Amino acid sequence: MTEMVKLTPKDFATDQEVRWCPGCGDYAVLKAVQRTMPELGVDPANTVFVSGIGCSSRFPYYMETYGFHTIHGRAPAIATGVKLANPELDVWIITGDGDALSIGGNHTMHLLRRNLNCQILLFNNEIYGLTKGQYSPTSRIGTRSPSTPFGSVDGPVQPCAFALGSGARFVARGIDVHKNLPEVLKAAHAHQGAAFVEVFQNCIVYNDDVFASFTAKDNAGKQLWLKAGEPMLFDRGAKGLALDREALNLKVVDVEGGDWQSAGVIVHDPRNRVVAHMLVEMPFGTFPMALGVLYDDPRPTFESVLLRQNEEAAAGKRPDLQALVSRGQTWQVAKEPREI
Amino acid sequence: MATATHLITEVEPRTDDAPEAVVVRFAGDSGDGMQLTGGQFTLSTALAGNDLATFPDFPAEIRAPQGTTFGVSAFQINFGSAAIETAGDAPDVLIAMNPAALKTNVGDLKPGGLIIADEGEFGARNLAKAGYETSPLEDGSLGKWQLVRFNISQLTLDAVKPFGLGNKEALRCKNMWTLGLALWMFDRDRAPIEAWLRAKFAKAPELAEANIAALNAGHAFGETAEIGSPLKQHHVDPAPAEPGLYRTVTGAEAISLGLVAGCQLAGLPMFFGGYPITPASAILHHLSRLKEYGVTTFQAEDEIAAVAAAIGASFAGQLGITSSSGPGIALKTEAIGLAIMTELPLVIVNSQRGGPSTGLPTKTEQSDLYQAVYGRNGDAPLPVIAARSPADAFDCAIEACRIAVQYMTPVMLLTDGYIANAAEPWRVPDMSGYERFDVGFHDAPLAEGEAVNPYARDEKLARVWIKPGTAGLTHRIGGIEKNVGTGHIDYAPDNHQAMTDIRANKVLGVADSIPDQDVCLGAPGGKLAVIGWGSTFGPIHQAVRRARGRGLDVSHVHVRHIWPLPRNLGELLRSYERVIVPEMNNGQLKTLLRDQYLVDAKPVNKVSGKPFKISEIEAAIEEALA
Repeated sequence: MTEMVKLTPKDFATDQEVRWCPGCGDYAVLKAVQRTMPELGVDPANTVFVSGIGCSSRFPYYMETYGFHTIHGRAPAIATGVKLANPELDVWIITGDGDALSIGGNHTMHLLRRNLNCQILLFNNEIYGLTKGQYSPTSRIGTRSPSTPFGSVDGPVQPCAFALGSGARFVARGIDVHKNLPEVLKAAHAHQGAAFVEVFQNCIVYNDDVFASFTAKDNAGKQLWLKAGEPMLFDRGAKGLALDREALNLKVVDVEGGDWQSAGVIVHDPRNRVVAHMLVEMPFGTFPMALGVLYDDPRPTFESVLLRQNEEAAAGKRPDLQALVSRGQTWQVAKEPREI
Repeated sequence: MATATHLITEVEPRTDDAPEAVVVRFAGDSGDGMQLTGGQFTLSTALAGNDLATFPDFPAEIRAPQGTTFGVSAFQINFGSAAIETAGDAPDVLIAMNPAALKTNVGDLKPGGLIIADEGEFGARNLAKAGYETSPLEDGSLGKWQLVRFNISQLTLDAVKPFGLGNKEALRCKNMWTLGLALWMFDRDRAPIEAWLRAKFAKAPELAEANIAALNAGHAFGETAEIGSPLKQHHVDPAPAEPGLYRTVTGAEAISLGLVAGCQLAGLPMFFGGYPITPASAILHHLSRLKEYGVTTFQAEDEIAAVAAAIGASFAGQLGITSSSGPGIALKTEAIGLAIMTELPLVIVNSQRGGPSTGLPTKTEQSDLYQAVYGRNGDAPLPVIAARSPADAFDCAIEACRIAVQYMTPVMLLTDGYIANAAEPWRVPDMSGYERFDVGFHDAPLAEGEAVNPYARDEKLARVWIKPGTAGLTHRIGGIEKNVGTGHIDYAPDNHQAMTDIRANKVLGVADSIPDQDVCLGAPGGKLAVIGWGSTFGPIHQAVRRARGRGLDVSHVHVRHIWPLPRNLGELLRSYERVIVPEMNNGQLKTLLRDQYLVDAKPVNKVSGKPFKISEIEAAIEEALA
């Protein structure tokens, strides 16, 4: 687009009827994304939403950008091809807990370790919604579902820990209906490289209120919103996270009269990978839920390094098809064909 | 008369002295460098102007325990002064580097054939490993062949002594000693091999010189061989050939070059997604060195990601290509369905191997035809092409690219382990003679009130290809059924019927762009047609030629376009009284032909992991005409 016209959220909405269950958290995330896009100043024609399969993966149909609703678990692999073919495109991957961590776990891991420059929004509702309520790889032990009538017995995967373990250089968390989600999305977009965002998303039909212990209004004190350079405070500043030097771990401390320094509350440094590991691993309950940008420390992106290597390998060489097919040891047959 | 008369073994008597064809098999332990020896012998054969075909046959194990029968690696070459179509039914010469190599290969050797054995390796231990109770070199069990034996290991050690190599390293030069002897036997120039060794060991010149010394020693050994020994020097005249520039090419090389050419002719950069698998990896290796041709190669985390990334690249406006072998193709299948549904161009190369499952990873078979034509959920048609030889694979790859972009469809290109690894002389094509098929992306701005329709079609039923990044044409595609008129999600019954029909008719319409089926040997109509596809071309062609030479009414029809089939094929098949279909599977093209044309096509099947012998096809022809 030659002229920069200020777009509105409406410009990013398609004419397609949105078909999620009434009250689904996906509506809130869709609104947040549509609201954020104009603020990012992106060109819809240069934006591609790629999704897999699941409730959340219908997302691209509702975004007035380019979109590819692919197959179960494979969105990261498709997105890799899109980005390598045209690195100018702004690629967003929309996925869910089953899509990204069960059937597509392998692709998620490799996308993160390669560090493809894109945003991955993982809608975590701890359940398979589209297939009518089976437990998912993020469901807590004991989850009763049609396939686990006596409760699930296998331990869940922790998405942000998985992301960090896979080598992610940006890990963030948001809540579907929370006002901070656009800020998290903006930070993810600003990060050059694979930006992994876990969105706690409520499935009103099959897993209602599964995150209420920290998303409900009354439980807002359990939310720790991280901000770079600011102390890790929560519960209206009455509590904070400090380092337990004996246990080499984090601990919750009380903060009196706003004096977080004497309470030993630590300041958030998004480049500190060790603390990021602690934040994603701390058990909720005794600890708050860490939200916002947990980790952000860019490294060169996959496509930039790969395409530079391609350019360097091609430098000074002229593509000549005739020369290419004539390579190797050749010999000339000059005489006319004989009778056989 | 191209039917080979053999130099060493006079199976078909002849009166003149100039031999027409020789089949030589090098066999040794998988660590003995037999493939390298064979490859270099092939090069020298090509440079001597002979026509040739090769058959590398190696174990799946990279380093199987030394001296065992399952660790034997062999390389067969058939070369001659007349047209050569196969690697030869049976060797005239067997070079056996140890007892296991002798044991596993001598049964194939023609009666009267020549065995050259490294007696230095025929100690008690190696004999036991190969399962010999007594030495076959001593006990007379090799009586129906000619046997020459000498201690190649010791002769090699003597030859490389001045270079001060360790015993193990010195023995590695054994294959060059053997090659030297073979070069002498067939009157070949050593200079290109010496140049190759110096280039190969540029960083370790002493190794280059040691290997050259071994090569020369082997050659000198032949020169000083006693008169009267079975070891004789022979000269094979150059084969007649169309004038032009020639090189040798393997199927994997030819496919890689053809894919590059196809993308260039389409005016598109290539995106190649691959995952290591035998015998397809060589294509990934070749392409990864050709960046200056707009090639991006991506070694994915698995077969699924390899095809998925290729589909993503096609969506973004490059030509996505992926390659694998049967098991990998099985993994890619769901994604191929997505490419069919979203109507994106994609080329899928299947280097077939023995199956099912892991099957015979390093052996050849053509048993993935059902998989290619039928093997997807839903009514999911796609065009299928099969290459018949290494050189033919070049044109097939270009054809696959053309169909993919002109019809907005995935295309399956079938080759096999034999074609992938085998080498043959190739007349370098004149690239200016190829017609371009430049892709025109859709980027016309919308008229007032017009909506983007990604499923708008041309007269061939191909949908428009709109690259993301194109202003004003944002749209969504996906695996869910789309409305025939708008491209939006639509589950309506009539709509699904309409879209299914369009997808089928679009692919059937490819037949309008391919040549009519020809008869490659013989005439339309007659007593018997032998219908083949893929790498059975060589043995079928030779067998039909021989049968016709004996006055039999038989023709050879070779099908390149497996799906859709050429428009006239049914009529052509019905013009013969009988039809037989030799295949390295349990009758897959046979089923397709019966299904499509209700002809009584009879199967001739072989699934041993080895190509057909000419004699096997000849026997089938005799039987069909009996």
